[in-house]
Amino acid sequence: MSVEKEFRPKIVAFCCNWCSYAGADLAGSSRLAYPADVKIIRVPCSCRVNPMFILRAFEKGADGVILCGCHPGDCHYSTGNYYARRRMTLLFSLLDYLGVEEGRTRVEWVSAAEGVKFSTVMNDFVEKIRSLGENVRLGDLRCKN
Amino acid sequence: MQRIGVFVCHCGSNIAATVDVKRVVEEAKKEQGVVHAEDYPYMCSEAGQALIAAAIKEKNLGGIVVCSCSPRMHEATFRKAAERAGLNPYMVEIANIREHCSWIHKDMEEATEKAVILARAAIAKVHLNAHLHPGESAVTKRALVIGGGIAGIQTALDIAEAGYKVDIVEKTPSIGGRMSQLDKTFPTLDCSACILTPKMVEAAAHENITIYTYSEVEKVSGFVGDFSVDIRKKARSVDMNKCTGCGLCQEKCPSKKSLSEFNRGLGTRSAIYTPFAQAIPNVPVIDRESCIKFKTGKCGLCEKVCQAGAIDYAQTDEIITEKYGAIVVATGFDTINLDKYGEYAYHESPDVITSLELERVMNAAGPTKGHLERLSDGKAPKEIVFIQCVGSRCDDHRGKPYCSKICCMYTAKHAMLIRDKYPDVNVTVFYIDVRTPGKNFDEFYRRAVEEYGVNYIKGQVGKVVPQPDGSLLVQGSDLLDGKQMKMRADMVVLATAIEPDPSVRKIATMLTASIDTNNFLTEAHPKLRPVESPTAGVFLSGVCQGPKDIPETVSQAGAAAVKVIGLLAKDKLTTNPCTAESDSLLCNGCSVCQNVCPYGAISYEDKEINDHGIRETRRVAVVNGALCQGCGACTVACPSGAMDLKGFSNRQIIAEVDAICR
Amino acid sequence: MQELVNRAKALLADGIVQRVLGWKIGDLAYNPEPAFFETEEALSDFVYNGFCGANLSKYMIEASKKEGKTLVFLKPCDTYSFNQLLKEHRILREKAYIIGVGCMGKISGEKLKEAGIRGILAVEGADAFSPADSLTVKTLYGDKEIAYTDVMLERCHVCKGKEHKIYDEIIGESRDTADADRMEAVHAIEAMSPEEKFAFFQSALSRCIRCNACRNVCPACSCRKCVFDSTKFDSAQKANVDSFEEKMFHVIRAFHVAGRCTDCGECSRVCPQNIPLHLFNRKLISDINEFYGEYQAGDDAETKGPLTDFTLEDIEPSDAREGGR
Repeated sequence: MSVEKEFRPKIVAFCCNWCSYAGADLAGSSRLAYPADVKIIRVPCSCRVNPMFILRAFEKGADGVILCGCHPGDCHYSTGNYYARRRMTLLFSLLDYLGVEEGRTRVEWVSAAEGVKFSTVMNDFVEKIRSLGENVRLGDLRCKN
Repeated sequence: MQRIGVFVCHCGSNIAATVDVKRVVEEAKKEQGVVHAEDYPYMCSEAGQALIAAAIKEKNLGGIVVCSCSPRMHEATFRKAAERAGLNPYMVEIANIREHCSWIHKDMEEATEKAVILARAAIAKVHLNAHLHPGESAVTKRALVIGGGIAGIQTALDIAEAGYKVDIVEKTPSIGGRMSQLDKTFPTLDCSACILTPKMVEAAAHENITIYTYSEVEKVSGFVGDFSVDIRKKARSVDMNKCTGCGLCQEKCPSKKSLSEFNRGLGTRSAIYTPFAQAIPNVPVIDRESCIKFKTGKCGLCEKVCQAGAIDYAQTDEIITEKYGAIVVATGFDTINLDKYGEYAYHESPDVITSLELERVMNAAGPTKGHLERLSDGKAPKEIVFIQCVGSRCDDHRGKPYCSKICCMYTAKHAMLIRDKYPDVNVTVFYIDVRTPGKNFDEFYRRAVEEYGVNYIKGQVGKVVPQPDGSLLVQGSDLLDGKQMKMRADMVVLATAIEPDPSVRKIATMLTASIDTNNFLTEAHPKLRPVESPTAGVFLSGVCQGPKDIPETVSQAGAAAVKVIGLLAKDKLTTNPCTAESDSLLCNGCSVCQNVCPYGAISYEDKEINDHGIRETRRVAVVNGALCQGCGACTVACPSGAMDLKGFSNRQIIAEVDAICR
Repeated sequence: MQELVNRAKALLADGIVQRVLGWKIGDLAYNPEPAFFETEEALSDFVYNGFCGANLSKYMIEASKKEGKTLVFLKPCDTYSFNQLLKEHRILREKAYIIGVGCMGKISGEKLKEAGIRGILAVEGADAFSPADSLTVKTLYGDKEIAYTDVMLERCHVCKGKEHKIYDEIIGESRDTADADRMEAVHAIEAMSPEEKFAFFQSALSRCIRCNACRNVCPACSCRKCVFDSTKFDSAQKANVDSFEEKMFHVIRAFHVAGRCTDCGECSRVCPQNIPLHLFNRKLISDINEFYGEYQAGDDAETKGPLTDFTLEDIEPSDAREGGR
């Protein structure tokens, strides 16, 4: 009888360079732990994140995708996160509509000063994805080992 | 296929203590295209960089991945190292295995596994990197300083002294700012006006400085080295060139009921006014809201008495456009609104005042001619209570979470000045902590306690209740004695928290400079680049960046000036090559990208296209690389994928996604 | 119909237009197809009847590249697509002479088949301007009667109205055939549990054969080269290899046309597998209307689209999900 292996989700976090990536750096320099399941991809702005990237992550086996950007009003490029907010609102709503479990996708606004928030958000998100379990609905089964 | 080198940094033990760097090296070697991988204790050191350079040359590397600290820290370092070794600097990718890995994980196995994956993602990305070449742009050798307080004045003076033209834009009718409202300054107790006024005069007289008072920044476009700024010169209704500053108009003006902004509303002024006697320029403005001529059409007295014929009721706002190479924000602060602090009875009793109001009361040019008196009945107070941290260090949503920094010192100053001038007045200070770091600051505070007998009580005031006899009942706690206490006071002074001037939000938006949750402008780096905004060409001076006293403000103002001078001294700037680019073969010419571009960097042209043999003229998007800042909004708006971002291309990001999810 | 042909001939003869974009008789009685007519003689094949559901706006992209003007016949709902394409600079107004044609609601050959009618030879009563209440379908197995509204296209039951949004002249009467709630099906799906939703779409999308008919007919999906066919996203996947790619394709397609889709319903009309593709677009339209205010793509050719616009107070993605959605 084999012991069931602990589920370690694959989580992709897109972080904007100016706020959230710096917030993640601050979480690091403040030694605020969050699970290693989270892997960060640096993008210049939350508005750089194409829905294609998010779907691609799911296709390749991600269990959760989170997008972090500057707080509305604080975008380095002044308006990027407003566009990102509309895009993600509609995309996530559409994914919910398709029956993808709500919670596999998330948007959070994290400033460069919010190391604590970054860590809290990631802990919470990983917890949520662990409770949802493996992503089967949007996964491409060919890519699973 | 690129020939890729991977360099894994130990960062002393910062990385190596939790990440098995040797294993990262071994795993990296297994990746496609990796022809070289090694680790080193300090990759950023000269020796580490030399190692990279040597490998680039020996192994003829086409791209490198450095697994180290955050790219925000050393990306530039490694790019330069690569460039020195003859590799295009944009062929460098950083895997952040310190801040995003070793520092947050304890388990070595887990951290190593993650570091390997982060390295793989960077390797996957660097395969798709392209040689990028920064462009060049010219520098307009003129600076703009927004805000004419001590911060703005000092910055402008320093820039002007270095030989560059500088303009100050101040929204009120005079430069001088908050400092001009102060009576005395700590810890020397010299008179604020006495040290500020000469600087104001110097700025006004300087051949390199142009001052636009009663003016506001309306629009900013362009970028570092080449900003174009619209400045609205509000209608003063007085001709600056004709006015002699005789002051007769103010004397004769029949509308004298307007609250004086300069005196924080404690006194009145005429409708045509200069904020204070030493105002620069010494040219009044007409406040059209309270001017009888503007309200009813009758009056016109000022015009009659003005011998210079300077009054011009028909004046309108004027918008001028100027070019600047650099912009300094020095918008300063205001005290917070006390509406949410009902317990201190600030709105109920005129004898409860803020410290800034007390400055005006203590000032010889203030509403009470410098006599310390109750504003309700003009009587001399016998008992004064100071309450510290009103809205500062506040953990609820009413106030500010930060320390306003200046209050402990100015309260000691106020207490000392009062005890000095009115020895029969008792002064009590309720405080949470007394914070006096700074040269001669603690000595100053101790003098207040030891020499001047100011009564400091550690504890907070819960309530101030106006009494029927006109006095104030102060209910507080004494934490050291562990008791509740009540005391009678004639005056209560609130050390009200300071916050960035509300105008800063609009200005930050125009400049695309980021601000934090408290509306303070964000520095490019909190320690290493404290006077620069993350937005290139925008610099920070004074309290707009964080609470500061005068000496700190002046030194930061000087630092900002140095940064500006360093920028203006250059003839050319290199521009960020990570900009958007449109593939005209795929472009639909639909304009959707243009609609989301915050920089106006996208235009359209009819271009002759050869699409696999089909020759036709098409409307296609063209990106101006000098204007594009590389946010990428257009790339997602574009349905056909014609628009892509150099350095963060669709394929690069997808390669990272694939590597992480592998 | 003759009125249309006469007018087209006159415009051709006067040299006002160089060609006519309309519909011609197809292989089957219920399947006329879009066609260009270059000469007066060619117009003998011209047809306009109840089966002419095809939206001709998209063909104006090609027509705009040609010499001279093209006469195009647009039904009221087609004019929205025309406007949207105009807004996106895909077509040129000066290259089009628009005759707004009357529309009494279009019928669907698929619905005839769904009603069990087989071996269709001819259909009577499907006249464009004066349709009968009941169609007489001549089949190999004799005549069948069926109510006109029973075989109307889904989109006609949620008709946008009889107003042409853009035209040079109008020929023929139109009627508003709306008799259903446009968002009813969307709301029904929203009310399902995630498992039910997933099962519903999985079953629908598993029929997809990636024939790209939806993409090719869609006036909003008019990219010179689709991202799914380019190497820009490493996603050049045409083969129907697994269930995910169908979803990815349809989700991305819906997303790319979000705020631009006029809800013309062509995608569902042409899908050979009868996948209710319009339910994707309508969900986005429903959300856009709810979150950002009522918006009808193609209402005009100027207004900013909802995805190229924002307000400071826009709803947060997390809040948009609350309320049982």
